[in-house]
Amino acid sequence: MSPDRLDATFAALADPTRRAILARLASGQASVTELAEPFAMSQPAISKHLKVLERAGLISRGRDAQRRPRRLEAKPLARATEWLERYRQFWQGNFRRLDALLDELKTGELKAKKKNHKHSKR
Amino acid sequence: MENAGTFRVTTPTEREIAMTRVFDAPRRLVFDAFTKPELVKRWLLGPPGWSMPVCEIDLRVGGAYRYVWRHVNGKEMGMGGVYREIVPQERLVCTELFDEAWYPGESLITTTLVEQGGRTTLLSTMLYESQEARDAVLKSGMERGVAASYDRLAELLASLPAQATEKGAGAP
Repeated sequence: MSPDRLDATFAALADPTRRAILARLASGQASVTELAEPFAMSQPAISKHLKVLERAGLISRGRDAQRRPRRLEAKPLARATEWLERYRQFWQGNFRRLDALLDELKTGELKAKKKNHKHSKR
Repeated sequence: MENAGTFRVTTPTEREIAMTRVFDAPRRLVFDAFTKPELVKRWLLGPPGWSMPVCEIDLRVGGAYRYVWRHVNGKEMGMGGVYREIVPQERLVCTELFDEAWYPGESLITTTLVEQGGRTTLLSTMLYESQEARDAVLKSGMERGVAASYDRLAELLASLPAQATEKGAGAP
């Protein structure tokens, strides 16, 4: 996939309405009217969002000439997910080490507290 | 480790990356782990093979920090920035710039810590100068990503989108 296309994918995903549309399409294809229903938005406004999604390759139009149902295109979404997932894994390694370090710090504090306690009793 | 499951990475706007993660420790310890050099050096390392020989932190508004990582093969990578806002144990805002930046402009990192019942939720938001810069950072995560435990990714990709396609194609 070209970098331009990936940028388009992320730009398309940045908008909450467009993410909601994708979530709706994940459960099956739908016409523009059906997609506009749950949103307090005019059909032209929804159509604009659909155009952005279409340009990013995230959705396509079905064969039915009357309804022109939109459906989810899984591949670009999977690519975008993969990007985020690898970035996530980079940080997950760091945070796992941080978990271990925090455990050590907590244990250290606890020991110090017990020690102080002993001293103060004397 | 149960906290690993609380980790989320999102792209809330075109110029941001946000991460949230829960840690099983009070936030003063998490804050220490982010601001005391001897502690930062022990976890902020990236993939295997990297160590952090330089970690200098001048923790005051306008103060600078400087990190340098070194790989076993000799390659070095440095970055640093300036603290803009410091609320002890609660909030840190700093700039970030890599020595050999592969994306344009500085980024602004905002880290907040919220403690509840002895556990701490970290929210870290990275704001980049442009969407191109943000995407370049995401891409680099991909390049650096070690080929370890991709099982869950494979599962995720296999289940979600495939299901969507089938359903979409199967509808009248």
